[in-house]
Amino acid sequence: MRPGSGTVLVLTLLAGLAAAGLARAQDAAPQACEVPPYLLSTESTLPKVAEAVKNARPLTVLVVGSRSSTILSSENSAYPARLQAALREKLPSTPINLSVELQTGKTAEEVDAGLVKLVEAKRPTLVIWQTGTVDAMRSIDPDDFRGAVDEGVAALQNAGADVVLVNLQYSPRTETMISAPPYLDNMRVVAQQHSVPLFDRFAIMRHWNDAGDFDLFSTFHGTDMAKRVHACLGRALSKFVLDAARLDQAQQN
Amino acid sequence: MSSIADPVAGTSRSDAKASNAKAAAASSAPAIAFPVAGERELRLDLFRGMALWLIFIDHLPTNILTWFTIRNYGFSDATEIFIFISGYTAAFVYGRAMLEAGFVVATARIMRRVWQIYVAHVFLFTIFLAEISYVATRFENPLYSEEMGIMDFLKQPDVTIVQALLLRFRPVNMDVLPLYIVLMLFLPIILWLMKWRPDVSLGLSVLLYALTWHFDWYLTAYPSGFWIFNPFCWQLLFVFGAWCALGGAQRMSRILSSPVTLWICIIYLVAAFFVTLTWHIPQLSFLMPKRIEQWMYPITKTDLDVLRFAHFLALAALTVRFLPKDWSGLKSRWLRPLILCGQHSLEIFCLGVFLAFAGHFVLAEVGGGALTHALISLAGILIMWGMAWVISWYKHSADKGASKTKSRAINADMAGGSA
Repeated sequence: MRPGSGTVLVLTLLAGLAAAGLARAQDAAPQACEVPPYLLSTESTLPKVAEAVKNARPLTVLVVGSRSSTILSSENSAYPARLQAALREKLPSTPINLSVELQTGKTAEEVDAGLVKLVEAKRPTLVIWQTGTVDAMRSIDPDDFRGAVDEGVAALQNAGADVVLVNLQYSPRTETMISAPPYLDNMRVVAQQHSVPLFDRFAIMRHWNDAGDFDLFSTFHGTDMAKRVHACLGRALSKFVLDAARLDQAQQN
Repeated sequence: MSSIADPVAGTSRSDAKASNAKAAAASSAPAIAFPVAGERELRLDLFRGMALWLIFIDHLPTNILTWFTIRNYGFSDATEIFIFISGYTAAFVYGRAMLEAGFVVATARIMRRVWQIYVAHVFLFTIFLAEISYVATRFENPLYSEEMGIMDFLKQPDVTIVQALLLRFRPVNMDVLPLYIVLMLFLPIILWLMKWRPDVSLGLSVLLYALTWHFDWYLTAYPSGFWIFNPFCWQLLFVFGAWCALGGAQRMSRILSSPVTLWICIIYLVAAFFVTLTWHIPQLSFLMPKRIEQWMYPITKTDLDVLRFAHFLALAALTVRFLPKDWSGLKSRWLRPLILCGQHSLEIFCLGVFLAFAGHFVLAEVGGGALTHALISLAGILIMWGMAWVISWYKHSADKGASKTKSRAINADMAGGSA
């Protein structure tokens, strides 16, 4: 090896290290967490959202979820807040009102009971319903779970709202204790039957774990990692909603 | 380990034949026919061993080896194979005991086996408890504060442990043994019915299956929920295995060798493969007609969906057709590890569940990428093989001196008769 090339090599390495250091410093800012397009594409549509945006009416979003829809003591970093921020950024001319109704520890069936009342009070254009975790933890009969989600989605649609379903988190640590697959499958079935877009949070998080964006196995992380995961989820969800409302093309035209 | 051995039919071949003939003469009904005792039915050992390996791999987090498990290529998975072969071998071994020694003695032997499986289950539960107690005290990730609520049962061990002993509290991946226990509990009645009219027994089993689907029967679990494997449905595979062992397979041989069956099986398996393909490659899902999707999904494992059962039947039919009993490969040393594991299924099954827990634990504590995942799976399989080898060494060498006076013991794990 000639001396010149050695210097170049060292310099390149140094530059690489510096870049890596910079990247680390920017970790708090949005990080890679790419989502492959097939995980964000859906055949189902959100006509009411599309209509509201096109007519420049305010977009009211209601997130109904359990505890995994928030981060304790920092709600503003959780994915619903991130979703709101992303929607505001992408739809600057549309006022976005987003509210969150946490139904901690309630199964889908228990949430059903109060669902219509919530919708009547807030009159949302779009309801994002995150469910399944509590049912899986209590191992509710999957058929009953499907029935409950089915009823809930029907009630929301009757009340005049678009619906997006959000499924469980990918949680490798508790995989030996919580059996997610039956609940994932049944949510997919309900989404298909009602032509409702399903945001596959489970598959997306697993993809991030496998691709090395996040080490979801790790034990000790404070709220830092939770915040970063939620930021990524919120961004992906905003993309998913706009895509399902077929708004991306409309904006470009 | 030899205490798990369950001496059942300690008779020589000629005795067995004689009593078979006697029984046949005694009852005018078409008596159950045992395959002629002779060579071990190595195919059963082979496929049970394979099922054990696959169950182990499926219990670990997804990794490269997961792609070798059959659940990715069709509706049914290793559980079906395991339960079917268990029914087959149990009927074979204890059915003979019932003919030779009578109902009471056979029942007594079956109950001893049930007890062994129960003890194995409790042992596994203890290990599980140790693992998650450790995780519960160490794991703190706000991202999963909701999911960690699953550990709440540790706050009331009095209730939890009692419910576990009653088989009502079962952590994930510990559902097969309770199912097996319940099925074995009813084995005496199943065998007794089979002795009377095998086809009527199979018919009753189908009826129970249909009624369960119609009335949505299930067993509840603790703290809420239901049994992951509904015994009212899964008994169908077990009883079908028993029916095959007691002569059904022979009577079906004409159907099995017909080309029509062959083509139906192939078409069904290919169709199932394409359906599963749309799960792995969601981009393909637009090819699936919506009407079929709505009719077909969900394909429930809890209630042993008809599609799963049919998929297993098709696989079994093709296997029986293309893998003859006397295939020389069965004696090759490459298949030896699988066959060895299949011959000691209870021990190896428990070991597999334990290794899956341990594998999770290593992955969680040490971390690691795809390579570590694959290595852990491979190591687990090697350990299972090694253990099977040690157990068989105990049986054939270490315990030989002790049991010289007794005739050779046959264990319910051992399929296909012995000489």
